Amino acid sequence: MPKITYIDSAGTARSVNAEVGSTVMENAIKNGIPGIEAECGGACACATCHVYVDEAWREKTGEPSPMEEDMLDFGYDVRANSRLSCQIKVTEDLDGLVVRTPERQA
Amino acid sequence: MTEPIKTDILIIGAGPIGLFAVFELGLLDMKTHLIDILDKPGGQCAELYPDKPIYDIPGVPKCTGASLVDSLMAQIKPFGPVFHLTEMVQSIERIGEPAFRITTDAGKIFETKVVVIAAGGGSFQPKRPPIPGIEAYEDKSVHYAVRKMDVFKGKRILIVGGGDSALDWTLNLAPLASHLTLVHRRQEFRAAPDSVNKMLALAKDGKIDFVLGQVSAVEGEGGQLKTAIVKRNDGSSVAIACEAMLPFFGLTMKLGPVANWGLKLDNDLIVVDTEKFETSAPGIFAIGDINTYPGKLKLILCGFHEAALMAQKAHRYVFPDKKLTFQYTTSSTSLQKKLGVT
Repeated sequence: MPKITYIDSAGTARSVNAEVGSTVMENAIKNGIPGIEAECGGACACATCHVYVDEAWREKTGEPSPMEEDMLDFGYDVRANSRLSCQIKVTEDLDGLVVRTPERQA
Repeated sequence: MTEPIKTDILIIGAGPIGLFAVFELGLLDMKTHLIDILDKPGGQCAELYPDKPIYDIPGVPKCTGASLVDSLMAQIKPFGPVFHLTEMVQSIERIGEPAFRITTDAGKIFETKVVVIAAGGGSFQPKRPPIPGIEAYEDKSVHYAVRKMDVFKGKRILIVGGGDSALDWTLNLAPLASHLTLVHRRQEFRAAPDSVNKMLALAKDGKIDFVLGQVSAVEGEGGQLKTAIVKRNDGSSVAIACEAMLPFFGLTMKLGPVANWGLKLDNDLIVVDTEKFETSAPGIFAIGDINTYPGKLKLILCGFHEAALMAQKAHRYVFPDKKLTFQYTTSSTSLQKKLGVT
């Protein structure tokens, strides 16, 4: 199973094994990763699962869809590598993915 | 002193569960008032995902947040619930066994026999943008809503955001302001295209300034804003003189005053029993996402079930001398009369 690493704003890294087809958000919630809230439960409707994709992985995770961009307007401290983790689907290609969580979600 | 509004049941939260509670309570002849901080009924369904599909409402293969709310509103219409919107409950005081006096932030006072908390994830409150020290300016020169337009007359205003609130207020306040700047982090907007075109026309004519970027710092004194530093997308910064800032970054859910009502909580959720969904305070019930019990699932359908069982116990509080006979809407003429379908 692909491995995903979440690094919080204090620099603590936590890695989990993620099922292909699940989302980066779902794996965070399932494993109790702090820093991801996912208030809306994955409907791309709240921007509280906001993460920064590690520069080395930006090409593989791709760009946010227009709907996701709209939601990112509501995110906290949005940057060029911001994504909503509920919109990143885990694939074999993403084995080793590194995302950082912002200081807070809302 | 304000005359208290008297009711059988006061429901805090007009989301899907609060709405369905009106139905279950109404079938048992209990009158309801609902209070919600949003300007419309529907809670998260209306605010977070009106257009998103929902697939797990029993008997409804697919609906949207908005269509579910519309259906619930139609379903509870016969019971004449009274809505008090854009208000938040501030205090609950016990005045009987059970009876409560409830005060809202708008100064309304209710006297109710039973309180039903159906507050979901808590109350929706404006999101605070990530600007260090912004708290010191809030309600003085940083506002998350426009209550009176006059306040902004002749002022240098900075509006931040790209949704309908940001664009609507840009268009409405531009004629009043001495100078108005709109800051948004990208060229695309969520707002209605018509508003965007109008805003771009104003910018083209030099009536307003439109800056692509994000506010990174604010400067001022004693809560009065003087300057906002905007970091442009190309990395450069610009200082914008302003006396008022209006950030529109949507809403987030906060538990809010619920935490101060002396109810037993577990991880910011209200602990209830699974027979009546009553809290640690007799006469105060909690249903839907705001409650917790062994095996709790945050599903709309679970909240519906909780509402039905809650209504049985609420009936005993509201009508202590009346015997309650269980009836079905399919066959009971008395229930059908209440629903207005006979």
